[in-house]
Amino acid sequence: MESVFGLVGKDFAIVVADSSAVHSILVHKTNEDKIMVLDSHKLMGASGETGDRAQFTEYVQKNVALYQFRNGIPLTTAATANFTRGELATALRKNPYMVNIILAGYDKDVGPSLYFIDYIASLHKVDKAAFGYGSYFALSMMDRHYRRDMSVEEAIELVDKCIREIRSRLVVAPPNFLIKIVDKDGAREYGWRESIKDAPVAAA
Amino acid sequence: MSRRYDSRTTIFSPEGRLYQVEYAMEAIGNAGSAIGILSKDGVILVGEKKVTSKLLQTSASTEKMYKIDDHVACAVAGIMSDANILINTARVQAQRYTFAYQEPMPVEQLVQSLCDTKQGYTQFGGLRPFGVSFLFAGWDKNYGFQLYMSDPSGNYSGWKAAAIGANNQAAQSMLKQDYKDEITREEAIQLAIKVLSKTMDSTSLTSEKLELAEVFLSNGNVKYQVCSPETLTQLLLKSGVTQPAADAS
Repeated sequence: MESVFGLVGKDFAIVVADSSAVHSILVHKTNEDKIMVLDSHKLMGASGETGDRAQFTEYVQKNVALYQFRNGIPLTTAATANFTRGELATALRKNPYMVNIILAGYDKDVGPSLYFIDYIASLHKVDKAAFGYGSYFALSMMDRHYRRDMSVEEAIELVDKCIREIRSRLVVAPPNFLIKIVDKDGAREYGWRESIKDAPVAAA
Repeated sequence: MSRRYDSRTTIFSPEGRLYQVEYAMEAIGNAGSAIGILSKDGVILVGEKKVTSKLLQTSASTEKMYKIDDHVACAVAGIMSDANILINTARVQAQRYTFAYQEPMPVEQLVQSLCDTKQGYTQFGGLRPFGVSFLFAGWDKNYGFQLYMSDPSGNYSGWKAAAIGANNQAAQSMLKQDYKDEITREEAIQLAIKVLSKTMDSTSLTSEKLELAEVFLSNGNVKYQVCSPETLTQLLLKSGVTQPAADAS
């Protein structure tokens, strides 16, 4: 089942997500990207209802882009987090999106930051966060081994520990994980942790 | 003949002009003037108060300067009733932005949103344009201190020093002559007083006829401060525009 988690390191932030597209007991694919790159320095990892997740993350991404076109300056990570929360909060009393979000970003003046936003529109700025069934294992692993001043290598080692724990302890563990990182040089894919390989298919 | 193109704001004249908009700008030319100067450590706004009657009781401490948000203030020239509407929309916009993003609204965006409103009234039928010009003074984390001027057509532009209202062209050219980059806030105040003393109709400048507001940083926080009449009198004396009371009698 779904596992999305993230953490802040010394001068970077990492978001990890499983890459399984599941419906009921059926696995449709195992190379689904659940971490949206919002703009040059922002990552949005999301879990929840598949359609809502795709719709909502894209909606936020396009709004962030629109802001930048209109005003010539990028939205800060904090502003993006608050905007996202606001959108979830207004939707909550009408037709709620079933999405939980981990937002990571890097700003010149504040450095890396990580925000936890859930589908009932609560927002927390945190150093480490997790959603889904994997969160039980990821959170306890990070509680034990996390430090604020971790280097990329140390953080990835911790991420691998979390993934290993999820794979070995969770009944319905997803096979593959995607890791993305954001630092002063921008947001990008860091790597995959795959135990099975999906045949690549052309994009929709 | 010109009547045909005067009566509606939405119609171009054969020469390609919008008369109603031009008349609105004309209306501002008669209003009390205001000057804004950008200095390296802040922005200052100085306005001329038109004293209409001794009996008039003003409730607010300022009549030309308005605080829009914690980091933006504006000076007004033109029809005050129109200005009140626009100031209200500006304040609403600023709060909406902070509600959405939990951050102060960048100054240019605030000016732009207000100018979009102004522009609408030059295009959509049956309405009269706002007869107001603004000077916006503000600070934001991206571009630091900023000064903007806007007119009834909905145009706005950023300035180092700008003047609106009566005699604004004379004031503008004096500012152009005397403005120096790297000017301090104190020097900017003196410059504004000097310019106003020469462009205003009245013979002697007193604190009753002037308003002074400043936007600056104190301990890293943006501060909007309106000068008290007492300090203003001191500043006027210092600039040599008015003589000490003892001498005058």
